[in-house]
Formats: sequence, structure tokens, C-alpha cells
Amino acid sequence: MNSALFQFLNITIIAFVVWLIPLQFIPFLIWLERKGSAFIQDRVGPDRTDVLGFRLFGYIQNFADVVKLLMKEDVIPLQANRFYFLLAPFWSMMFSLIPLMSIPLAGSIHWINTTIHFQVVNLNVGLLFFFSITSMGILGIVLAGWASNNKFSLIGGLRSSAQMISYELSMAMSLITLLVVYQHADFQTIVHEQTGLYHFFGYTMCLPNWGFFLQPIAFLIFLVASFAETNRNPFDLPEGESELVAGYHVEYSSIKFALFFMSEYANMVVVSFLNVSLFWGGYEVPYVSTAQLIQSPRIVLLVLSGIIFIMGLLVFVVLFRHGWKQRTLYNGVKKWEPFLLGTGMAFIGLIFLILIPFWLHWNFPAWFPLALTALVQFGCLIIKVVFFCWLFVWVRWTLPRFRYDQLMNLGWKIMLPIAMLNFLVTSIFVILK
Amino acid sequence: MTNPLNPENYEATGLEFQAENTQSNLTFVNLGPSHPATHGTLRALCALEGETIVAAVTEIGYLHRGFEKDAEVHTYQQVIPYTDRLNYVSAIMNNVGWCKAIERMLEITIPPRAVYIRVLTSELNRIIDHLVCVGANLVDIGGLSNFWYTFNVREKVYDILEKLCGARLTSSYMRLGGVAHDLYEGFENDLKVVLKEIWQSVKQFSKLNNNKIFLNRTRNICVVPKEMAIAYGWTGPTLRASGINYDLRKEEPYYCYPDLEFEVPVGTIGDIYDRIFVRMLEIEESIHMIEQLLKKIPTGPVFTEDKRVALPPKTQTYGNIEGLMNHFKLIIHGVCPDQGEIYDVTESANGELGFYVISDGGKNPYRVKCRPPCFMNFAAYHEMIEGHLIADAIANLGSINIIAGELDR
Repeated sequence: MNSALFQFLNITIIAFVVWLIPLQFIPFLIWLERKGSAFIQDRVGPDRTDVLGFRLFGYIQNFADVVKLLMKEDVIPLQANRFYFLLAPFWSMMFSLIPLMSIPLAGSIHWINTTIHFQVVNLNVGLLFFFSITSMGILGIVLAGWASNNKFSLIGGLRSSAQMISYELSMAMSLITLLVVYQHADFQTIVHEQTGLYHFFGYTMCLPNWGFFLQPIAFLIFLVASFAETNRNPFDLPEGESELVAGYHVEYSSIKFALFFMSEYANMVVVSFLNVSLFWGGYEVPYVSTAQLIQSPRIVLLVLSGIIFIMGLLVFVVLFRHGWKQRTLYNGVKKWEPFLLGTGMAFIGLIFLILIPFWLHWNFPAWFPLALTALVQFGCLIIKVVFFCWLFVWVRWTLPRFRYDQLMNLGWKIMLPIAMLNFLVTSIFVILK
Repeated sequence: MTNPLNPENYEATGLEFQAENTQSNLTFVNLGPSHPATHGTLRALCALEGETIVAAVTEIGYLHRGFEKDAEVHTYQQVIPYTDRLNYVSAIMNNVGWCKAIERMLEITIPPRAVYIRVLTSELNRIIDHLVCVGANLVDIGGLSNFWYTFNVREKVYDILEKLCGARLTSSYMRLGGVAHDLYEGFENDLKVVLKEIWQSVKQFSKLNNNKIFLNRTRNICVVPKEMAIAYGWTGPTLRASGINYDLRKEEPYYCYPDLEFEVPVGTIGDIYDRIFVRMLEIEESIHMIEQLLKKIPTGPVFTEDKRVALPPKTQTYGNIEGLMNHFKLIIHGVCPDQGEIYDVTESANGELGFYVISDGGKNPYRVKCRPPCFMNFAAYHEMIEGHLIADAIANLGSINIIAGELDR
């Protein structure tokens, strides 16, 4: 196959996948937020909406929301600046979808004479590209705040611009520290550097060589700043629900409001991807390198089927016991989905395990280990990202909101000096090394 | 219609700024009447410099239902359900306030069991009111989960009240001369279970002291010194948070409060933190009081036998002419106190709830004036928030516990 054509196809397909990831994450995160907050607040959460009896633990609620938001009347205030008012939500959404293009989803695969990249563009300034694009997203919020011609939204927009600029500084300082450590700005290399074990002054520790262990302070600063960047509680001042009604999107309705809503969640995903790629080894499976994964597909399959079986068993046991006690949801509707899911998962895992003697001696085709490795690494990345998305949800429903001046104090007087000091110390160490 | 944002109308809306101020960079923002944090419909017109409120004017009346006028065209007994709607979070305490005033006017003493039930349900309502206030206040600060931690317990108290009175929110449990009906069987056990849960919830709540963001948001914010609190006529938890030990249950003891051992929690400086934690400590005291009340509660009737308010038993009504006449007069004319006037107060959850009633000897009150505690609290609002940020103003509004139903009557 023509190598140029192959590369074009490769990039197109991966770009499509990368574009779909945040979009697919959004309903999942909304579901996670609803069920997570319900779990934290001793509630049940959404469990009524269903399609043909399937309610998928409340996941179907998202579809109802989409339909509702699409059907709603779309109000544009007369006094608003129409062009910018319309531009703002699309701007926000667009710039929360683009940055992922520079994140590698799995290790590159060499097959026959070609290399398949699981990354749209391998920029040598990937980190800077990422950072500059996420900064552009702020403009959407500021535009919305200004164009709505509403005082609450204007204050929200002002707050967001001040907040994001202050926190971007400390975020940038913590990332610059990483640049000093890795000496590279492209994500492929950064992720690749994090394989193997952690070496601490010549001693090999039993920890993976992740950015978190190299730069814990930078990670903490990055984490706090990422909350501020995504406008999530305790830094959700631009929205400030109880203070500014809804902040910058107070005048938005229908699907334009939904775009802001979605861009918030997409931002969470994007920041989590960045976080994982920089500090938690990206797609790397801890303790296992890409080469090892490719060499031993049988062990990988064995472990995977074991995990599926145990998970299915757990889901089965927990949900079955739970469901047995309160089988009736409401109006006499029976809770049968947990049974189906649990038994299904356990059954698939069991079949895999039973068939061990058969597939252990199969001769896999040459592409199989490569594809399996990519899938496993991608799955590992997604699991890590989901964890950090859950962290966002967890913190949101746990902490109260900062006040504007306290937020500024934290950003300028505490985080920025610490980040700079961290940068200084790290640089000295790197030079001395 | 005057436009409050038009510089010519500042005087009309109460913002008397100098000419140079109107040319400055002040932003005028209406917090309310419809705003997620106003707990009803209130309006605070704020002049902002950046995010700091340099001047504020408050306006009330958006929820005015004409309680006082309504009372003039209803009999004394018919007013009781209207008092439910004053502070709808602690409806029974308003019932008690009204009934106590009218009973004092009629010079009726109610049986001891009725007194104990009144105090007991009042203290339960005080717990509910404080839980709602604190939970909602934390929502304003941004901690949404606390709302459920306080409201889940409240729901359980409401379950008991529902069993007791048949209604959850507006219970109308009190009658002139006693209570509507006796405690149900198993009330004590139900209550003990719930008290334990409230206790746990309060203990859990005190862990907020470890939350740095919460402390930063509430400590030394919107401080009300003693003098200011007195000058504005504050009562109740908000006054005590400012450091003044004044509680009507101690100062002018009524009902069985002298028999109960309890302390009055007092704050130190009168900031939002104090106002929140005075309420939480009051919940603890109320729990102690309910435990004592459950031990001491006497047996006996729950309604007075005074013919002026009590319907005669059915045998009397159908058996002799006096009973029939009594029944007829009470149903048709209602209670008719002698000519005179009275002002009577109770310590409700928000503070001193007073009813000033003038009787001309007829079946309806000639005039009723209700002294709602949060009216005084809200009067000080504009002064409290001046010089603070918008976020503080919102947090403060929750801490002085404005219930618009009581404020606007």
C-alpha cells in the first residue's frame, strides 16, 4: 500500500476516534456526576427514564436530556451582541475537542514496513500546543459573559478570565518543570520516558517511573490548577450558581447552553488526559513495557479474561444480593438489569477461562499481538482518565466554593511561588546531574 | 415605572449618591427578587465596585400575603392555619406563639400534658429550622452535599410529625386550649431513634471545623457587633451569635422551660461562623431538652375543659340544651375574648416571635400585628454586606435565616 495514503488513512481514522473520545465521555461523565453525587449525598440518582425497559442504571437519562435541550426554545436576548453570542458556545466546544489531537492513545506499532501511530499529530511542541489550545477555550467564556449583555454573566466572564490567567501561570510553571525533567515537549517521548522503574539517586525503587514520583509538587500544583482551569468546584466562580445565578451562561438556553455544559465536561476529559500523560505514565501499563506486551499475548489474554471473570462475579454477587433485597424499583418495575449485566460478564469471563486449553496453543496471526497491545494500552489510558474524572466529581460534591479574593490569594501568593521554587530546585538538580 | 438603574432615580430607590458617584465605575446589580440564593423573594440592589459591594438597598414585600389583614376577618381559631405559613419551616412554633397569646388573653391555663407536648414539638421544630437554615447556608457557600446531610434527618423528623399531625410542613397542630390530639402510640420510640440520628448528624457537622475553605468563607465575614445587633432589635440565634446571652426561654420563662435544664449557646464576635455554630449547638440543647421532656411528660388530658374554647363532649351536645348552645356558639361565633389588647412573645427558631392582638370583644380580632424575627434581621442586611464581596453577601443571607413567608407576612 502506498505509504502516503496509508498515513493519511491512519491519521484520519485516529482523528475521528480522538474526536469521538470526549464526545463519548460527556454522557458518561454526566452519568458519573449524577450517580456519584447521589452516592455522596445518600440519594438514589436518576433511575426512571427507560427505553424499552432498559435504563442502564440511569444512563438513559442523558438521552432524555438531549431531546429536551434540543426541543427547548432557543432565546437570544435582544440586547445581546448576536454574532459573539452565537460564536461563544461553539468556540468553547471547539477548543475543548482539539487539544486531544496531540495525545498518544497507545504506543506506535511497527508492522511490516509501516508504522501505525495512535496519535493524530506527533508535534515536537505537543505540550505547548496543548497548552495554547486549552487557553483559547477561555475566550468562549469571556465572549459569552460579555455578549449576553447581562451583569451577572459579565461578572462571571470577568471572574473566569482573571481566574484562568492566574492559574494558567502556576500550571505553566509546573509543566515547565516537567519539560526540564524530560527535556522534550512531545507527548510520545514524555510517555515513553515513563516506562520502567523509578530510579532515585541510583537506587531502583519498586515504583513505576511516572512523572508523579519524579515531580510530586508539580503534580499537586497541576491538579489544583486543572480544577481552576475547568471551572469546577471549588473553583466554579464563573458559574457561581448561588451567587451569579448561572454566571457566564445565564442567558443561554436550549442546545447552546448544552454546548457550554458539554464543553465543561469535555474540558475535564482533556485535562485528565493531559494529567495522565504527564504524570501517570499515559497509556503505559505499569511495570510492563510495550515490547513485553507484544511478546506475550497469551499471558495478556489470560489476565484479561481473569479480570473480566472476577469483575463479572463481583458485579453479579454485589448486585444480585443488592437486587434480591430491593428488587422492586417503583410502580412494581423489577430490577433485572443488574442480573443480566452480572451474569453476562461472569459468563463471558468463564467461557474465556474454560477455553484456555484451546487458545493457549493457537498460533496467533502476526497482527494479533500488536492489536492486542494497542487495545490494552488504550484501555489502561482510559481507566486512568476515568479515575481522574471521578476525582473531579468527588471534589465537586465535597468542598465548598472559594471566594474570589481567596482564590486569587491561593493562585498568586501560594501556588505560583511554590511552583517557581519547585522549578528552580529541579533546574539546579538537573544541571548538577 | 421607575427604572432603578437610571441615574435620575437613585433617590427613588434609596441610593442617594453624589453626582460624581453616578459618573464613576459602579455597577448596579439586583440580587433578587428572583435569585437562587434569596430563599424566597427578596431584593437587594447593590452598587458594586469590582466585586465589592459599596452600597446596598434592600426591598421586601414580594411575598406579602396580608396575614394581618386576613386575621382580622377570621375567627381566632381560623387564624391558626395562617400562622403555619409565617415561618413555614417551623410551623408548629408559630401555632404555639399564636395560641399562647390568645390563651393569655382569655386567661386560660392549658393542662400540663398539653404544655409538654407543645414544648416538645416546638423543640423538634427548632431542630428542623436550624437544620434547614444551616444546610441551605452551606449550599450558598457552595457545599451542596451538606444540604442532604441535614435534610435527610429533617425528613425523618417530618415523618414523625406527619404521623403525629397528619401533615408534614403546615401541621396546624395547636388549638386554642391545647393540642389537636394526643401523642400516638410508639411516639417515644420513633423519636428516640431520630434523636440519635440528629445527634450523629450534628457531630458529623462539627467536622466542618477542619475544612479550611469553609472557615475562610465564614470567619470574620459580615461581623455584627453587639451594639449593632441590639440597635437593629435582633433576637434569637443571630443576637446570641453576637455575644449577647438573651433567650426568652431563660429571661421570661414560659410553659415548662423553667423545669428543663439547658444552656444558651452564645457566640463571640457575630460572624457567619458564629451564627452557623450557635444554631448547631442549639440543636444539641434541643435534643437534651426533648430527652428531659420525654422523661417528665405527665399523663392526663391534652385539652382544657374551659367552655370558652373547648367543644363539649358529644353526649352533652346531644343530651342537654347547655351543651348544645355551647357547641353552637363555639362553632358559629368562635372564641370571643373580652375587649382588650395583648402582646405575647415566644422564642421561635429565628428569635422573638410576637403577636400583638387587639380584641373589641367580637369573634374576630380587631387588629393583629405580628413581630417576625427575621424582619429585624433583614433590616440590618444592607449594613452587614456593605464593604464585603457578593459571595459574602450571599453567604450572609443564609446565615441570618430569612424566611420570606415570615418576613413579608
